Amino acid sequence: MIVENDGIADTLELRRGSTLARGEVMGEICHHLSPFQVGEKPIAGDTVIAKDLTIDSLAIMDMVMELEDRFDVSIPMNVVAEIHTVDQLADTILKLHARR
Amino acid sequence: MGLFDRHAGLLEAYRDVRTTGYDPFQIRMERVLSPTEAIINGRKTLLVGTNNYFGLTFDSSCMEAAIEAIRAEGTGTTGSRIANGSYNEHVALEQEIAEFYGKKHCMVFTTGYQANLGIISTLAGEGDQLLIDADSHASIYDACKMTQAEVVRFKHNDPSSLEARLRRLGDRPGNRVVVLEGIYSMLGDTAPLREFVDVCKKYNAYVLIDEAHSLGALGETGRGLCESTGVIDDCHFIVGTFSKTLGAIGGYCVSDDPDFDILRVTVRSYMFTASLPPSIVASVRQALKVVKARPELRKQLWDNVATLYDGLAAQGFKLGPEHGPVVGVHLPDRMVAIGFWRAMLDAGIYVNVAVPPATPNGVSLLRCSVCAVHTPEQLQHMVEVMTGIGRQLGVIDDRTRRVVGGAR
Repeated sequence: MIVENDGIADTLELRRGSTLARGEVMGEICHHLSPFQVGEKPIAGDTVIAKDLTIDSLAIMDMVMELEDRFDVSIPMNVVAEIHTVDQLADTILKLHARR
Repeated sequence: MGLFDRHAGLLEAYRDVRTTGYDPFQIRMERVLSPTEAIINGRKTLLVGTNNYFGLTFDSSCMEAAIEAIRAEGTGTTGSRIANGSYNEHVALEQEIAEFYGKKHCMVFTTGYQANLGIISTLAGEGDQLLIDADSHASIYDACKMTQAEVVRFKHNDPSSLEARLRRLGDRPGNRVVVLEGIYSMLGDTAPLREFVDVCKKYNAYVLIDEAHSLGALGETGRGLCESTGVIDDCHFIVGTFSKTLGAIGGYCVSDDPDFDILRVTVRSYMFTASLPPSIVASVRQALKVVKARPELRKQLWDNVATLYDGLAAQGFKLGPEHGPVVGVHLPDRMVAIGFWRAMLDAGIYVNVAVPPATPNGVSLLRCSVCAVHTPEQLQHMVEVMTGIGRQLGVIDDRTRRVVGGAR
């Protein structure tokens, strides 16, 4: 079901000609998170933002505001609360962007 | 996992704070002498961190009103307005605050925190959108946890950031409620309210403003930022507190909305807590009279703000962006802030220390709140003490003093 929905969203996006590349979103997130990296361990899709990095909850919310403006989407606070990994954050942005 | 394990990080930080010898979050005022002085650790201490902007906690007319009310009506109401009923004085206080703002309706709450918590979480419900400033007070954030509405933060004091978020909502159904504060409690900065109101009008959003720190301080008659910026009529809901300028405790919300009174049977923080005791209601009513009758207190407050703010700025301290009854002094990190705070207490001056996560952008601050009845000498002395400590701790240097001091 999820796959099917994603397919529809992708098609709609292509029709509108405003597809947002996942790589671009991931790159932007990693850019914001890099100051909070621990040791040499790279930031990846499965990185748990609040646990694997040194970022605190307020800084996460501030980063979300930056990402919102970069990709012109709004991510409600209750949605942010359910996001744990970098992948989940990227997926949320892509999904909201597709719905615009 | 134990019940307290999730607080391990906080416990460690708190332990760090306490190694300085005093616990800034459990200071004991052995005796409060006046709005500006108390005995702390056996020593007479200057109070510059109590939000007592007009110094009315010891105003004789307010104290007498409270004493008389206790004799007439007892010490407490022992229940909520909806269960035990309202006293005449509750109703009179609400009428007086509504009249003060020129609004039709007012509800008073037992604390300012409860006013924000209850009003904000109830006004915006399922399907609505609540838009809050990123630097909002904890009571606003807590309301956001309780509401069924969708909550989005916008950048602090940035009307264009709010506008982007309202624009993105497009033609989605739901009421938009925008929450702002007159003066922000950590850095003492004011909201660009007129610009915010313009954006809200454009997108048909309701405006709620919390004037907790600006009541008395701003506006020709002390009604706050909504008055000084000339937008009272455009603020649909104005919230405030009795615990700062009015020198007691309690909160209020005023509005012109014809259905406002329905909140009396929907706002849980109003319905399920005991109402304000007669003595508080009486002193607040009197304090409001004093605010109206003595505008010179506002002038004294701002003169004192200038003495402290300009004095510290001239010595090279990094401060909040503008003059305000709250003067926030930036310090490099948590431990310097704690050390500075303790050194000031040793020198007989009490201010607040504010460290992450209670502060915006992870800053560490000494938070000073100025009182109309501070004397210029008290504040000049404070600048001298802070300059000495600041130099010892390497927060400011002598060069700054020479360059900036030369201009004074």
